[in-house]
Amino acid sequence: MQYMHKYASPKFFYTLAGKLTPWMAALTAVLLVAGLYLGLFVAPVDFQQGESYRIMFIHVPAAWMSMFIYVCMAGAGAIALVWNVKLFEMFAGNCAPVGASFTFLALVTGSLWGKPMWGAWWAWDARLTSELILFFLYIGYMALEASIDDPRRAARASAILALVGVVNIPVIHFSVEWWNTLHQPASVGKVGTPSIHPSMLAPLLLMSLGFTFYFFTVALMRMRNEILERERHTTWVAQLLESKS
Amino acid sequence: MPNFLKAIGCLLRRDLTVALRRSTDVLTPLVFFIIVVSLFPLGLGPEPSVLRTIAPGVIWVAALLATMLSLNRLFANDHADGTLEQMALSPHPLTVLVLTKVAAHWMLTGLPLVLISPLLAVQMNLPESAMGTLVLSLLLGTPVLSLLGAVGAALTLGLRGGGVLVSLLVLPLYTPVLIFGAGAVAGVIAGIDIEAHFSLLAAFLALALTLAPWAAAAALRVSLD
Repeated sequence: MQYMHKYASPKFFYTLAGKLTPWMAALTAVLLVAGLYLGLFVAPVDFQQGESYRIMFIHVPAAWMSMFIYVCMAGAGAIALVWNVKLFEMFAGNCAPVGASFTFLALVTGSLWGKPMWGAWWAWDARLTSELILFFLYIGYMALEASIDDPRRAARASAILALVGVVNIPVIHFSVEWWNTLHQPASVGKVGTPSIHPSMLAPLLLMSLGFTFYFFTVALMRMRNEILERERHTTWVAQLLESKS
Repeated sequence: MPNFLKAIGCLLRRDLTVALRRSTDVLTPLVFFIIVVSLFPLGLGPEPSVLRTIAPGVIWVAALLATMLSLNRLFANDHADGTLEQMALSPHPLTVLVLTKVAAHWMLTGLPLVLISPLLAVQMNLPESAMGTLVLSLLLGTPVLSLLGAVGAALTLGLRGGGVLVSLLVLPLYTPVLIFGAGAVAGVIAGIDIEAHFSLLAAFLALALTLAPWAAAAALRVSLD
């Protein structure tokens, strides 16, 4: 608890995040370049789908991230609610736009991938549909947060919403899956093969790691901004601004 | 303990009395429900086979929207005149008081929707064999809508644009109920065994009944701060 108070003090965290960000950004760039290179040039052509399957290296990690970030957001929200830690409030709030962007990316790439595979831009495929509902959940979270002026109250209200959402996500996911199998008995060309060749798995994992580090980099950068904004009346921010100008 | 049960009884009676004295509040969502369902034949044409196919979905979606419209009544008036704060200060757990208010809300919106639904089913050409399923699925599903809606209503209490915001928060959470509620009715028409649908709807109700009042009470405490 004692350490938590030290590391969770906004002033300490601001400098720590400032030191970490460049390294994490560099790591993100290396991972993404390596993942894209392996995925776009090294991985073999798929024998059924040709070249178009390569969008998977963006689509699948983005879909994973969309769910991972929601869980992070709800977890941080729970910590903020229970222990009243400002830092976790800010982290939860700053997860949402990044998570929503990844969800949007997964939807767009899914639709682009669907055109050659299904012959339509949109199919009510189970995973795409639950991704769409997840996107709505993110939008609701951000709308609620934006409509409350007091940042601490906004953080607490949206943390409750995120917790309700995280209980609901599995329920929604399985409901949609069930609904989908009922309405489309002949399942549309499912891509997920039980075993994936290592030459395709490696770029997939690299891209996921790259996206994860991208998320933490962006979250830290956003948190630094928010710390400055929230603490703008304190002396340490005033001193910091004076030394910069 | 008797004290505690007495408080629940008082609150329930009070909520019902207040709502019935302002009966337009109770009737508006019901009329909305009827109008929305009646619009579909006008938009799609009166072909009986088409109406029969879309009837389960249309009636269920309309029920979702009608419940959502009535949500602001749940806490807004009590918030405006300060009653809600007194409830939060009372020695009884807010969770239980919220559950009582939700029960009153369901009796005034959910139950009327359930009771009027056979009429709309006739209008939409739903086969008689599916009528019982429709009523039963709504009977199991609408309490879940009220419970989840209470969380949304508590979170958006006193916010600008609360009415539209609550739909953004609550409608995505309603999807599982919609899927299995409408699915049960469609299943009966198609001749599928629908026991699983009802089991799942009942499971949703059990889950919402245990968790939603907690979330709504926590949200109310945040909103009342």
